[in-house]
Amino acid sequence: MSASTSTPHLPAYAAILRHAVLLVTGALVLIPFVWMVSLSVKPPGEIFRAHFSLWPSQFYGVENYTKALTEAPLLRYMGNGLIVCTLILGLQIIVCAPCAYALAKLRFAGRDLLHGLVLIGLLLPHQVLSLPLFILCYQLGILNTYAALVFPYVVSPFGIFLFRQFFKAIPDDVVHAARLDGLSELAIIWRIMVPMALPAVIAFSIFSVVGHWNDLFWPLIAVRDQSLMPPPLGIMAFKNEEAGNDYGPLMAASTLVVLPLVIAFLAAQKWFVEGLAKGAVK
Amino acid sequence: MSGPLALSSASDERSTTRSDRTSPTPAASSARRRVLKEALAAWTLAGPAVFFLFVLFFVPMIGVFIIALTDWQFGARSLSFVGLANFREVFADHGFRTSLFNTVIYVLIVVPGTLVLGLLTALLIESGNSCRSFYRAIHFLPFMATLTAMAIAWEALLHPTIGLVNQTLAAIGLPTANWLRDDKTALSVLAVIDIWQNLGYAMVLFLAGLKSIPQDLYDAADVDGADLWLDRLCTVTLPMLGPVSMFVVIVVALRAFESFDTVKVLTQGGPGHASEMLLYTLYRESFEYLHTGYGAAVAVVFLAIVVTLTLIQARLMDRKVHYQ
Amino acid sequence: MAACSFQSITKSFGPTPVLRGVSLSIADGEFLTLLGPSGCGKSTLLRILAGLEVQDAGSVSIGERAVDGLRPKRRDVAMVFQSYALYPHMTVASNVALPLRMRRLSAFQRFPLLGRLLPGTARTAAEIDVEVTRTCKSLGIGHLLDRKPGQLSGGQRQRVAVGRAMVRHPAVFLMDEPLSNLDAKLRVQMRAEIKELHQRLGVTFIYVTHDQAEAMTLSDRVAVMLEGELLQVAPPQVIYADPDDRRVAEFIGSPKINMFDGVVREHGLIDVAGSTLAIEVDALAGAPLTLGIRPEAFHLADHGGPGALTGSVRMVEHIGSDLFVHLDLAGVDHPLVARLLAERAPHIAPGQDLHLRVFPDRVLLFTRDGRRLRRRVESGRASVTPIRELAR
Ligand SMILES: Nc1ncnc2c1ncn2[C@@H]1O[C@H](COP(=O)(O)OP(=O)(O)OP(=O)(O)O)[C@@H](O)[C@H]1O
Ligand SMILES: [Mg+2]
Repeated sequence: MSASTSTPHLPAYAAILRHAVLLVTGALVLIPFVWMVSLSVKPPGEIFRAHFSLWPSQFYGVENYTKALTEAPLLRYMGNGLIVCTLILGLQIIVCAPCAYALAKLRFAGRDLLHGLVLIGLLLPHQVLSLPLFILCYQLGILNTYAALVFPYVVSPFGIFLFRQFFKAIPDDVVHAARLDGLSELAIIWRIMVPMALPAVIAFSIFSVVGHWNDLFWPLIAVRDQSLMPPPLGIMAFKNEEAGNDYGPLMAASTLVVLPLVIAFLAAQKWFVEGLAKGAVK
Repeated sequence: MSGPLALSSASDERSTTRSDRTSPTPAASSARRRVLKEALAAWTLAGPAVFFLFVLFFVPMIGVFIIALTDWQFGARSLSFVGLANFREVFADHGFRTSLFNTVIYVLIVVPGTLVLGLLTALLIESGNSCRSFYRAIHFLPFMATLTAMAIAWEALLHPTIGLVNQTLAAIGLPTANWLRDDKTALSVLAVIDIWQNLGYAMVLFLAGLKSIPQDLYDAADVDGADLWLDRLCTVTLPMLGPVSMFVVIVVALRAFESFDTVKVLTQGGPGHASEMLLYTLYRESFEYLHTGYGAAVAVVFLAIVVTLTLIQARLMDRKVHYQ
Repeated sequence: MAACSFQSITKSFGPTPVLRGVSLSIADGEFLTLLGPSGCGKSTLLRILAGLEVQDAGSVSIGERAVDGLRPKRRDVAMVFQSYALYPHMTVASNVALPLRMRRLSAFQRFPLLGRLLPGTARTAAEIDVEVTRTCKSLGIGHLLDRKPGQLSGGQRQRVAVGRAMVRHPAVFLMDEPLSNLDAKLRVQMRAEIKELHQRLGVTFIYVTHDQAEAMTLSDRVAVMLEGELLQVAPPQVIYADPDDRRVAEFIGSPKINMFDGVVREHGLIDVAGSTLAIEVDALAGAPLTLGIRPEAFHLADHGGPGALTGSVRMVEHIGSDLFVHLDLAGVDHPLVARLLAERAPHIAPGQDLHLRVFPDRVLLFTRDGRRLRRRVESGRASVTPIRELAR
C-alpha cells in the first residue's frame, strides 16, 4: 500500500463512492447507445408499447437488421465511407508529409511564410469555405462524385502542423546520415522520417478517419446520389424516407454505422484518445 | 504546379542578385549552388501542399469575402459590388439575429456544462487506481460515435410517447414534454446532446493535465498540512489545471459554435427558429435557398467569431506554461 | 525539537525490496546525512519519516511518540524537496504562509472566498503575514515576497523552499537533495547557509544526498546506505578513516580507495601485489584478505625491495598542491592511484618506474567478503613518518 503516489489510496467508503458515481455517470452516458441497440432488436409492436424493457420479449433483431441492410443500401454507404476516408487519408499523407519535411528540415527562402500559411489554414473552419468550394467543384464538374467528397480535404494544415512537429524532433544527424548513404529527399521522407514519426502518423490517421467518417456537412452539399452517400448522409436519407417511424430498422442501421469506429476505439483506446486529444489544436 | 514553380524561380532570382554583389569566389558560388538546390528541393516537396492550400483554403476564403460584397447568385453571369448591403441585410434579418442569439446561448450552456462534467469525471477517475481505462473509455465513447446516427438514437429516446425520457418522468410523476418540438426546450436539448458528446473529450484533456501535475507538489501540500481533499484541490489541483481549463473552454466553444448535425437531423432549426444556429443558417441560406450573397455574409460573420476564438486559444497555447 | 528513530524499517515496491530492515536513531539537534548512491532508498526512508510513504514493517518515532499511521501534517516535520515543489501559482509570501494557514485557520476559515468573511480570519492572516515577512527577511528574500516562483533564480527558489519549511518551527527538518539542482558554485554557498541555518535553529536535520562533499562538510554523523541497508553510521572523519565495510570505504573518498587482494604470510607480514608489507594482523598464515589503501596513504621511496610497491607510471594528474599518480603494478589488473605532495615528487613521467611505501597503520584490512578486520592497539612498529603532516 503506498500512501501517496499520484493517487492517494482512498479509504474504502471513498473508493466505493467513486465507483458508484462513475458507474452512474457512465450508465447515463451509455443510455443512448443502449436504447439504440435495444430498439434495434425489438418488433414494432413492442417499441410502441407504452412501457419499456431493455430486452424484447420477442427477438426481432434479424428482421430489423435485414431490413436495414436491404431497404437502404447500408453496406454501400459504409463502403463509400471506407473509400472516401481511405482516399482522403492517403492523399493527405502523400501531400502533407513532404511539405512538413521541407518545413522541418530544409532551409529555404519563404519557409517562415509557408509556415505562417499553414497556421492560417489551421485556423479556417472548413464549413466557412463550403460555398466557394461548392462552386469550385461545380466548375470542375466533379459534383456528385467521389472526387467531390475527397478533393476539398486533399491537404490538411493540421497534418502538416503535426508532422512538422514530429519531424523537427528527429535529429538533423539522421537526415545527414541518410544523405551520405545516398538516399534522395523523397526516400528520406518515406523510408526514414515517416516510419520514425509513426506515432504522429497513427494519431493523424485516427483524427482524419474519425472526422471524415462522421462528417455530415460537406457530403450533404457535395453529393445527391444515394449510391455515393457516406454513412451519416445515408442514414439521414434512410430516416427521412422511412418518415422516422419504422424505428427498428432505423436503429439497426444507426447501430451498424456507429459500430466500426466503436470497435476500433475499444481495440485501440489509447491511440484514439491520444490522436483525438492532439486534434485539440485544430 | 504553376504556384510553386513561380515561387522557386522568384527565390532563385533574389539569391542571384544578392550574390552578385558579394565576391564570387569558387567556394562561395558552390555554397550558393547548394543553397539554391536545397531551396528548389524544398519548394518542390512543399509544392503540392502549397498548391492545394491555395486552391482549397486561401482562394476560397477570398472568394467568400468577394461573394459577400456582391449581388452574385448561383448561375449568374455577371455580378456587381454592393458594398456592405449583404451584411446590412443579414443583421437586419430577424431570423439571423435569432440564430446568432441562439448560438450564443447554446455555447453558454454547452461550455460550462462540458467543462464542469468533464472536470468532475476526470477528477473522479484520477482519484483512484482501479478501472481507470474502463471509465475513460465509457465516457469518451460518445465523442467518437457518428453524431448523425446518435442523433437518431436521441430522437427515439426523447420521443414524446415511447421515449425512455418521458416514460421515466411519467413513472416518477414529473411533467413530460415534447422535447424537440417545443420551442422552450429544443435548444437546451440540443445543448445537452452536445454536452453528452463532448464531456469525454474535455475529460481526456483534463486527465492529461492532471497527469502533468508533479507529484512533489502533492507531497509538499501533505507536509504543509493541506492534506484534506478540498485543500489539496484548491492548493494544487485546480490552480495547476488553470491553463488546461482555459484551453478546454476554447476548444469546446469552437466545437459548440460549429454544431450542425443535431440541428439538421433533429429539428431543422425549429420549431420556428427556436433551435436555429449559425452553421445551420449558413447551410440553409447558401445551399437550400441559394441565397448566395446572404450566405457568404453569414460565413464571414461565422469566420470572424471562430478566428477570434482560435486566436485567443493560440495566445493561451503560447502561455500554456505561464506558471514557469 | 526532537530525536527520531527508525526501528527495522522494511519497504518494497512490488517485488523489489527497497529498504531491508533499517534501524537508526538520530539525536535531538543532530545533523544527520543519509548518503548513498542513486536508488539505494534514501528518499524512501526520508519519505517514510515524513509520512509520505508507509513502511511495510517496522516503526518510526519522533520525539517520544510513535508516529506510524499519523498523517504528515501531524508529525511536526518540514521538508525541502529536490525540485523545491513550490506552488507555481502562488507568490513567495503565500508559499511560505501556506503551512501556517493550514494549521492556524480552521477548515471553514480556509474555505475559498467565503472563509475570509468569518470572524477571526483577518486577524490570524495578519499574524501569519508578520511571521512570513520575518522568516523571509532572515533568509534574505524579503524583497521577493510578491514574486512568483517562476520569476526567481535557483538559489532564491531554494531559499523560499527553506522558508516554507522553517516558518512553522518544525521539530525535524527533512531535506532531500536540496542542492542538486544548483550549479557548483551556488551549491557550495548554499551548503554553508544550510550549515549556518542548522546552527541557528538547533533542531534536528536529516539530509539526503549522494554527494560526499556535502555529507562530509555538513554532518554531525553520516549514515551510509547501500541497496536498502545502513552500512555504517558515524561522524564523517570516522566514516572516512575507519570504515566498517569495504563498500563504505569504496563509496567514500575521491579518488577511490585502492583495493588489493593479499595473503597473510606470517604474523605481521602480508603478501600483496608482488611485494610484502609489514602490517599487524590478527589472522593465521595463509588467510586471504583485502587491503584498502587510500591514495594519500602512500609516500615515495627511493628504492624498491620488501615493504615497497613498485610499478610503472601510467598517468600523472596535477591538481595544484598534489598530484595523482596512476601506477601499473605487476599482477594487479587495475592501476594503483597515489596522491603525492607535488613538492616532494617533482619529476614523475609516464613510463618511468616508481617505488611507493605505505603508512602501515593507515592500511584498512577487510575479509574477502568485505568485513573490516581491525587490528589490536597500534604497535610500536608503525612507521615513524609524521602522519599528521601528510594527512590533509
Ligand atoms: N513509488 C515507487 N514505485 C516503485 N518503485 C519506487 C517508487 N519510489 C522509489 N522506487 C524505487 O525504489 C528505489 C529507491 O528509491 P529512492 O527514491 O528511495 O532512491 P534514492 O536513494 O533517493 O535515489 P536518488 O539519489 O536517485 O534520489 C529505486 O530503485 C526506485 O526505483
Ligand atoms: Mg531521492
